[in-house]
Amino acid sequence: MSAIIQVQNVSKSYWRDSFEVPVLNDLSLEVNRGDFVALMGPSGSGKTTLLNMIAGIDRPSKGKLIVDGTDISTLGESSLAKWRSAKIGFVFQFYNLIPVLTAFENVELPLLLTKLSKAERKKHVETALGIVGLGDRMHHSPKQLSGGQEQRVAIARAIVTDPVILVADEPTGDLDKHSAEEILTLMERLNKEFHKTILIVTHDPHAASRAKIIRNLEKGDLIPEVA
Amino acid sequence: MKVLKLIIKNPLRHKLRTTLTILGIAIAVISFGLLRTVVTAWYVGVEGSSANRLITRQAVSFIFPLPYSYRDKIAQIEGVKNLTYANWFGGVYIDKNQFFARIAADAETIFDVYPEFMLTKDELETFKRERNSCILGEGIARQYNLKVGYIMTLEGDIYPGNWEFIVRGIYRPRDKTTDASQMIFHWNYVNERMKEDMPERSGDIGWYIVQIEDPAKSAIISEQIDALFKNSPAETKTETERAFQQGFLAATSAIIDSMNVISFIIVGIIMLILGNTMIMAARERTREYAVFKALGFSGKHLTQIILGESLFISAVGGGVGLVLTFPIVVAFEKVIPKGFFPVFQIEPITVILAVSAAILIGIAAAIFPIQRALSTKIIDGFRFVG
Repeated sequence: MSAIIQVQNVSKSYWRDSFEVPVLNDLSLEVNRGDFVALMGPSGSGKTTLLNMIAGIDRPSKGKLIVDGTDISTLGESSLAKWRSAKIGFVFQFYNLIPVLTAFENVELPLLLTKLSKAERKKHVETALGIVGLGDRMHHSPKQLSGGQEQRVAIARAIVTDPVILVADEPTGDLDKHSAEEILTLMERLNKEFHKTILIVTHDPHAASRAKIIRNLEKGDLIPEVA
Repeated sequence: MKVLKLIIKNPLRHKLRTTLTILGIAIAVISFGLLRTVVTAWYVGVEGSSANRLITRQAVSFIFPLPYSYRDKIAQIEGVKNLTYANWFGGVYIDKNQFFARIAADAETIFDVYPEFMLTKDELETFKRERNSCILGEGIARQYNLKVGYIMTLEGDIYPGNWEFIVRGIYRPRDKTTDASQMIFHWNYVNERMKEDMPERSGDIGWYIVQIEDPAKSAIISEQIDALFKNSPAETKTETERAFQQGFLAATSAIIDSMNVISFIIVGIIMLILGNTMIMAARERTREYAVFKALGFSGKHLTQIILGESLFISAVGGGVGLVLTFPIVVAFEKVIPKGFFPVFQIEPITVILAVSAAILIGIAAAIFPIQRALSTKIIDGFRFVG
């Protein structure tokens, strides 16, 4: 199977005042198309930083990132923004829905950047909300939805453009057990039925256990693979 | 615009804050409009002055009279088309707090020199014929509900005694800047009575109004007039009507300048009000802007969202303020002494300035939030705790 994500000797460090804080140390990783990978590790291990770089919202200090055939470490801001909108679907811990927009309008947001007509956008949004089981809540605002429902809207927003990769940072971190289970089942379904490559960052071993592959990070290094 | 929905919905997140901001802008626009209207009303006499009219007055001061005998000498100067003269009458009509100009003028020539005071042929002929008649501006006629044939009694102060006039015409202003609040009557009527009561003041002229053929020759003709009476007991000072009007305003120029400055300070206050609202809004939405960027929205889209919201609020506030300015200016005119400002109305330039200010303020207030939204990295935006 071909690697859709190739992380090659990537290092990342941040500057705090005049001190350099290393986060990732010469890290390499490959993720195959259709994989469902969970990145685990204690706080400060660099798992979110790695996810952000793969998703193109952060840049490595050193090394190369090739995602779906594009070396994203060389792209300019504007090209990277276009690349993200086409290739990546984001799911965040705190959903990050726009509170003044309805579920439908939130899901429609990424489609506003495409050339789709209004009717085509409507069809895509309805399909995405149907997949996450919220076809009957399209015109509800985020505050009229439960946490689990909000996260499902966020997943619908992530998949509406049919991206090749879904990245999720602690997608169940703010949810009760039942809602978390629903979200994980939905992600499994997206991986199995819709063949989405999924990367999630989680602290929760139960959530990680739903992934096909678990990779652990510690102090910026990748611990050898556990199948 | 793809983000139009957000532009309209974003201000509704904090309804009270947005409402207060809009009210603040509206009040500031009303204050700006009112102050500008007062300033433009102050200058209306200057604006309404004619380029082909010169005013000849006593060189020492406007309050000293000139001899009637100057009339023929001035008329003989080449380039003088028409000549008339007038005296400031003063006096009181009904209420001493309600002021309007009462002028004793040469009935034969005054309306030749002031064609912007429009009368019918019949009105003018009757006025010329009847020595105790008067002509009123339609503003004054409306204010006191006076009609042709009515009798007006003035209580004199500069010219003591009671003075009765019959209204024989109501002039209409030709231009927007024409003063429609004057009362004009016969100089001869006043002078005849002065001959009897105060003979030493008979034949006094307040000022001559010289209509010239070519405005380009105003300086030369002015010099020629003044040269005629050099070293006489009543030397003259001749200047254009505009300069004459500006001379009146000179004494109050500090007040007008202050009002002008204040009106623009108000624009600065509006900018701070809206700027504060936009900065607070943008700060609260730091995480949202990070989401937009992560989804692929560009700096151009974020600029549209923030600038659009800022312009939307400033336009609504400015619009509300502008709409309310009109009735407030009308109400203000009612409470100030009548005739204090012969023309008191919102000028197009005031509307243009208020609209331009609202647009500029909308843009200026968005600059800092836009700069902040664009410069914040996506990952920093997600970490932001407002």
